[in-house]
Amino acid sequence: MLAHYGYKDGSGDYFIVIDTDRCLDCPGMCIEACPAGVLDRIEDDYGDSVAAVAEGHRKKIKYSCAPCKPTGGGAALPCLKACSPGAMTHSW
Amino acid sequence: MFTAGIDVGAKAIKVVVLKDGAVAVRRLGLTGFEPRESTLKVFEQALREAGISRKELAFVVATGGGRKEVDFADGEITEVGGAAKGSVFCFPTAKTVIDVGAEEGRGIRCDSAGKVVDFEINEKCAAGAGAFTEAMSRALEMPIEEFGALSLKSTQAIPMNAQCAVFAESEVVSLIHAKTPKADIARAVHDAVASRIVSMVRKVGVEKDVVLIGGVARNVGFIDAMNRSLGFDVIVADDPEYIGALGAALVAHESVSHGRKS
Amino acid sequence: MTAEYWRWKEYNWRDEAIEWRNGGVVSAGVDVGSVSSQAVIMVDGKLYAYSNMRTGSDSPVSAQKAIDWAMEGTGLGLKDIHFIVGTGYGRVNVPFAHKSITEIACHARGGNFMYGPRVRTILDMGGQDCKAIHCDERGKVTAFLMNDKCAAGTGRGMEVFADLLQVPIEEVGDLSLSVGEEPEPVSSTCVIFAKSEAASLLRKGWEKNTVLAAYCSAMAHRVATLLERLGVQKEFAITGGIAKNRGVVKRLLDELKVESLTTTYDQQIAGALGAALFAKALHEKSKAN
Repeated sequence: MLAHYGYKDGSGDYFIVIDTDRCLDCPGMCIEACPAGVLDRIEDDYGDSVAAVAEGHRKKIKYSCAPCKPTGGGAALPCLKACSPGAMTHSW
Repeated sequence: MFTAGIDVGAKAIKVVVLKDGAVAVRRLGLTGFEPRESTLKVFEQALREAGISRKELAFVVATGGGRKEVDFADGEITEVGGAAKGSVFCFPTAKTVIDVGAEEGRGIRCDSAGKVVDFEINEKCAAGAGAFTEAMSRALEMPIEEFGALSLKSTQAIPMNAQCAVFAESEVVSLIHAKTPKADIARAVHDAVASRIVSMVRKVGVEKDVVLIGGVARNVGFIDAMNRSLGFDVIVADDPEYIGALGAALVAHESVSHGRKS
Repeated sequence: MTAEYWRWKEYNWRDEAIEWRNGGVVSAGVDVGSVSSQAVIMVDGKLYAYSNMRTGSDSPVSAQKAIDWAMEGTGLGLKDIHFIVGTGYGRVNVPFAHKSITEIACHARGGNFMYGPRVRTILDMGGQDCKAIHCDERGKVTAFLMNDKCAAGTGRGMEVFADLLQVPIEEVGDLSLSVGEEPEPVSSTCVIFAKSEAASLLRKGWEKNTVLAAYCSAMAHRVATLLERLGVQKEFAITGGIAKNRGVVKRLLDELKVESLTTTYDQQIAGALGAALFAKALHEKSKAN
């Protein structure tokens, strides 16, 4: 399942996309790697244990992820680096 | 030698007239539905107060989102350019400028000459600027000044789930029905905007001295929320809404001084 | 403001021909949204009764009112329902539900029931959110995108405009289509800024219907870009309150260059209906164990 978490508002599009089929059997290093606690493990409606954007962050990920996305350009995002199955992408 | 800066904002037009590089006049008027007419009106009021005619103005620089309305301007400067210039003039040690207006919030890093090094903008979303607090003050049926002051009386922090001004208004109404103290609601609203502004500014990096400008800097509740979110007290400019126009006027002054216009 | 232009009609419905006392599986789904709540009751997987009402200030109370209203005239009590699934934002708002399932899964399931197994893309335009869902032939979600952060493209955004222009919300769509020439869409995405823009247009002498057209056009475009992020796979169907706004729907379909499936069911009950179907399946599973 391709889960798109985030939103589009007047200022732009901010989505973290997780391909949950690739999350299966992954210990979930992305969750620990995120310094802001944006990611969480959930059991989805079909009983699978997968990664997701934590509910409290879904409506403000532009701000939650801001520290890892400085204006001048920064290092590779820790969550993407930690995702070995290549399940995650950021739209911005 | 007289120069002027005109800042055509979403909500208000600010005009600053300099005499030999020092502030002589500051005037403000609401932009309303006819920005071109309103700009002329405020501009002419400023000239009258300065006791000069338009011919005596050596150079006029326009800034603000509506700067194209100033068709008689000799030059223009971006909002971030004007903000940096004006802030460093008032506070030579300023390294970070936070400019919060009615519709936009800006985080600016500048050098000691008042030049912009880096910037980030919260735009096109009411939740990231003054429009948010204003909409909530309307929902609570009190003037914005009262709303800001009330937030300082809050005794507890309450969560605010909505991240959109329209949804937040509904949330505020629900909180009122649930008999939540208005002071706590006010604080939650100010904290929400401040948190968004600070997150945005952190993208350019917060380096002291940090100066807060723009119309929203008049809101004592917002200043308090910003200080708590940053973890230290920002320097708040006097007449904060004029700093952009001041920057434009200074650029006008420099243009004449450096012989860019005879 | 004395008239409430945002107010739409609340209603309930039941199928008198169905007799729940004949021993079939009675399942229910309750969808408590930020703006509206629906309760759907099914007997052996057939639609029996439902209600559609505005959510009040207390969600659990709204959930109870919704199910009570759906049960009205049926002789049912809560104890007669074998399994109840709650859904909607927050999910914990249906205290009497046996289980909670996300609104995404419920809308996919409900859409599959209402539009048939050929539906692959469902767009739900709700009161405070906009969802785009891909599903398979069984109504299982294969991709989703939900935007509940921003009022643009939601029912609340439309309510703000109905109020500004003093037009009853149920008339907005048709009035927006009555314009001769299609105007430029409102340029601001943000509802707060779009409202100022609309006020300015009115002052410039624009007709109300033209302003409505400009806003419906902007809303349709925004929803189209959200959908395009997921992609539109045929067949395509629309649910939710705004599905009833012909002004937005027509412009949306024109932009996407796709047709949408039709249904005889009420488009606002998709979530609750899906929940009721999940309830039936869960009840049967528990009996089998």
